[in-house]
Amino acid sequence: MSLSEEEVRKIAHLGGLAIRDENIPRYAQSLSSILDLVNQMEAVDTAEIQPMAHPLDAIQRLRPDEVRETDQRAEFQPLAPQVENGLYLVPKVIE
Amino acid sequence: MHKASVAELSAALKARKFSSEELVRAHLARIHAQDSELNSFITITETEALAAASQADRLIAAGEAGPLTGIPLAHKDIFCTRGVRTSCGSKMLDNFVPPYDATVVEKIANAGMVVLGKTNMDEFAMGSSNENSYYGAARNPWDTSRVPGGSSGGSAAAVAARMTPLATCTDTGGSIRQPASLCGITGLKPTYGRVSRYGMVAFASSLDQGGIMGRSAEDTAWLLSAMAGFDPKDSTSVDRPVDDYVGGLNQSIEGLTIGLPREHFGEGLDPEVGAVVEAAIRQYEKLGAKVKEIDLPNSPLSVPAYYVVAPAECSSNLSRFDGVRYGYRAKHTKNLQDLYTRSRGEAFGEEVQRRIMIGTYALSTGYYDAYYLKAQKIRRLISNDFRQAFSEVDVIMGPTSPTTAFPLGERTDDPITMYLSDIYTIGVNLAGLTGMSIPAGFAGGLPVGLQIIGNYFEEARILSVAHRYQQVTDWHTQAPPDAGSQA
Repeated sequence: MSLSEEEVRKIAHLGGLAIRDENIPRYAQSLSSILDLVNQMEAVDTAEIQPMAHPLDAIQRLRPDEVRETDQRAEFQPLAPQVENGLYLVPKVIE
Repeated sequence: MHKASVAELSAALKARKFSSEELVRAHLARIHAQDSELNSFITITETEALAAASQADRLIAAGEAGPLTGIPLAHKDIFCTRGVRTSCGSKMLDNFVPPYDATVVEKIANAGMVVLGKTNMDEFAMGSSNENSYYGAARNPWDTSRVPGGSSGGSAAAVAARMTPLATCTDTGGSIRQPASLCGITGLKPTYGRVSRYGMVAFASSLDQGGIMGRSAEDTAWLLSAMAGFDPKDSTSVDRPVDDYVGGLNQSIEGLTIGLPREHFGEGLDPEVGAVVEAAIRQYEKLGAKVKEIDLPNSPLSVPAYYVVAPAECSSNLSRFDGVRYGYRAKHTKNLQDLYTRSRGEAFGEEVQRRIMIGTYALSTGYYDAYYLKAQKIRRLISNDFRQAFSEVDVIMGPTSPTTAFPLGERTDDPITMYLSDIYTIGVNLAGLTGMSIPAGFAGGLPVGLQIIGNYFEEARILSVAHRYQQVTDWHTQAPPDAGSQA
């Protein structure tokens, strides 16, 4: 299995990663070799097998739908790269 | 002080032979003397440690101390610590100071333990050598030109070099057991759901499990007792009673049946490592255990299935790092999309990016059935193999890692060879079982680990099996020469 450089660019885009052009061939090569490893899975027939989502086949625990957390914005905002008036700032989205 | 067991340290603190402050200062001195060479800590929390030690000393004086009050430990830098930077080994979180504690951190603080610092790790726990850390690789104390293993390499090196008696760590595909093996210490990965994941930075949520590194099974049992238990804040935490791990250590192993998977003794295993492991198993036979060969026929598929499941979950978990609310942000960005992709492109290292891309690919339209669904089906087959085995045997043993510690740089350009370092450990994560690595001897002067795999929630049993071996052998008491003192 061999990924083209174009496919790597598309995957990087989907994964939200800006990758430098000079690194694309390197990623194409290593991702292709990982897919070769992964494709060893094809050796076994799994048509009748139930997929396993949780090691103990546990189901999602539910709790009463009630408010438990208080507003902690004052604690979270100092972690952000850029804030103003309690808002998180990002580059302008609409011109 | 740095050679005593946790129980001995606890007794000495209560008898006022020395104070927690003296104990903590002695370990900090060992860190300062050795860690410029070993690089096992990302952050040393000296001020906080000394304050916590004074508080522990007050509790001891007042007769209000628990068994672990005043005992030092280190946290892997993946556990959120309120007010102390939690980097996860990444440039992305180099400036991240969590506003809350992980449940594990909170429980350990409530037990009165003293945190010496945060240990080095592969970025986001992705790696088997610690070389993927933004802060540089930690070194193996037995040979500083070699890796300590990963991803919990800093915790392993710190325990091995006697800079801390205990450390927390995490294991997604072998990240506790493999470095424990390579550094000659004891490491325990609990059953999935036994230890809370709340506040533990997520890599692959259906596989990640927090655990313990220490110098012996007994010490490990003490810390597990403080960490284990149900946590309503972790939706995958399992609500069932916690066993008495310390009290259970002296269970007899007479008549214990040990399964030896043929697939773990075949091609790819270094013959010297294999010989050490076989000698350890003969020791168990002398102690009254029976040995039975078993098959884990689907185990060759564990690495391929893992490299779909883990990257898929990683690509989803790591989508939260977008440079907006916390973490690294790229400079001079043109627009919001540019901010997201450049922040992630500049702050994630190569291995993390590789796994995000593999996971993104495996989950993308048209590929989901061929990759993710297929891998989850193989996971079922691997889990069934273990269920079958545990209907015939009590524990499973074999080598933890196919080789001893390898030289720094040897595998950094070859991800596949690096991934195969975890060939004997990954199946345990896919099935969600518990597993340990304990020191079993040396090959070429480097430590070899024996892996002990237990059935679901049988931590007490494998700890007692490990403890029995450590009562009649002294591999676990052997320490490397102090770093910085080597000629």
